[in-house]
Amino acid sequence: MIRSEILREIAPVIRDHLVVCNIGIPSQELHAIDDQPTNFYMLGTMGLASSIGLGLALAQPKKVIAIDGDGSVLTNLGTLPTIANNSANNYILLIIDNGSYGSTGDQPTYAGKKTSLTAVAKACGCDNVIECRAEDTKKVLEEALAGDRMTVIVSKCESGNAKMPVITLDPVVIRHRFMEAVKA
Amino acid sequence: MSIDSRIVNDLVANGISFVTTVPCKQLADVIDEVDRRPEIMHVPSNKEDEGMGLCAGAFMGGKRPAIIMQNTAIGVTINTLATLTQFYRMPLPMLISYRGELREPVACQVEMAVHTKALLAQLNIPTYHFHWQKDVEELDNILKYTFMCSKPVAILTDANFWGGYGDQ
Ligand SMILES: Cc1ncc(C[n+]2csc(CCOP(=O)(O)OP(=O)(O)O)c2C)c(N)n1
Ligand SMILES: [Mg+2]
Repeated sequence: MIRSEILREIAPVIRDHLVVCNIGIPSQELHAIDDQPTNFYMLGTMGLASSIGLGLALAQPKKVIAIDGDGSVLTNLGTLPTIANNSANNYILLIIDNGSYGSTGDQPTYAGKKTSLTAVAKACGCDNVIECRAEDTKKVLEEALAGDRMTVIVSKCESGNAKMPVITLDPVVIRHRFMEAVKA
Repeated sequence: MSIDSRIVNDLVANGISFVTTVPCKQLADVIDEVDRRPEIMHVPSNKEDEGMGLCAGAFMGGKRPAIIMQNTAIGVTINTLATLTQFYRMPLPMLISYRGELREPVACQVEMAVHTKALLAQLNIPTYHFHWQKDVEELDNILKYTFMCSKPVAILTDANFWGGYGDQ
């Protein structure tokens, strides 16, 4: 199972929640599968989806799902201690761990080799970390949404990308409609 | 009133309720003051680009954010300033210690100081330089300006502004 198949499965589960989505093909796939004003697409700035999601969760009470990638979490590993030490029980970090930099041609990341992001997240102090198979992501995410506890999900999947168009929405439009959805 | 209380009073008066910080010796007291204020959620970050991500999220969640950092962090955050803060047009006051200026005791700090204003100018970031204590009188206007235009704005505060480095 590849990332786009996970996104397709979880789309009905996340569509009514605030979602911050990782740069590149992940955002393109989510945008093509189920564009929503509650989706904040990152068009640049690799690594900050989890930080933006945490800031958003700390600032307001609605549930926030940050959909991140293994490569992006590796480039901003400092995010995990910050998440662990600033409790936001309305925050779910879903790391789609395909063991590669998918957007740039599936080059392997260290998460696909010896490094376990699950173990790293636990060592950073995140106390509710769940690693699952791609096939179980929907169920695990539903359970996390039903609970009121900050959750980090590491979904292990295969690498591969669906061919989707580039997002041409203006960034200020993405941001504006997202903020309106936050307030709604 | 101490300069630190004065600065944090201005932040609070301008509705800033989310502040992220990465320490600098020069900023220690103002960070302590931020941490003490019940009106401000203080979330220390591990790197300044991460901090700007937190600020972007907090802003979209309805809070007015600010970041407190050292000028060396300009080198860390250029990509984030351009592709997140500016591209999505978000306001971000940046209270920055301007290390490597007059009265600086550490030579290495000068290496980024000589690039600081040039980099900010290249990024079209409105930049203010506090050198005398009375320059703080401009802070309130700078904060209002930042949220009026929804841009990142730099407030460089040098050693002279902070009263030097004690006995160094
Ligand atoms: C600073 C920086 N370096 C490199 C890139 C190029 N880049 C864009 S997306 C990406 C891969 C991200 O991988 P991951 O987070 O694992 O997401 P995936 O596509 O695998 O789901 C890279 C390297 C970038 N955008 N910014
Ligand atoms: Mg990946």
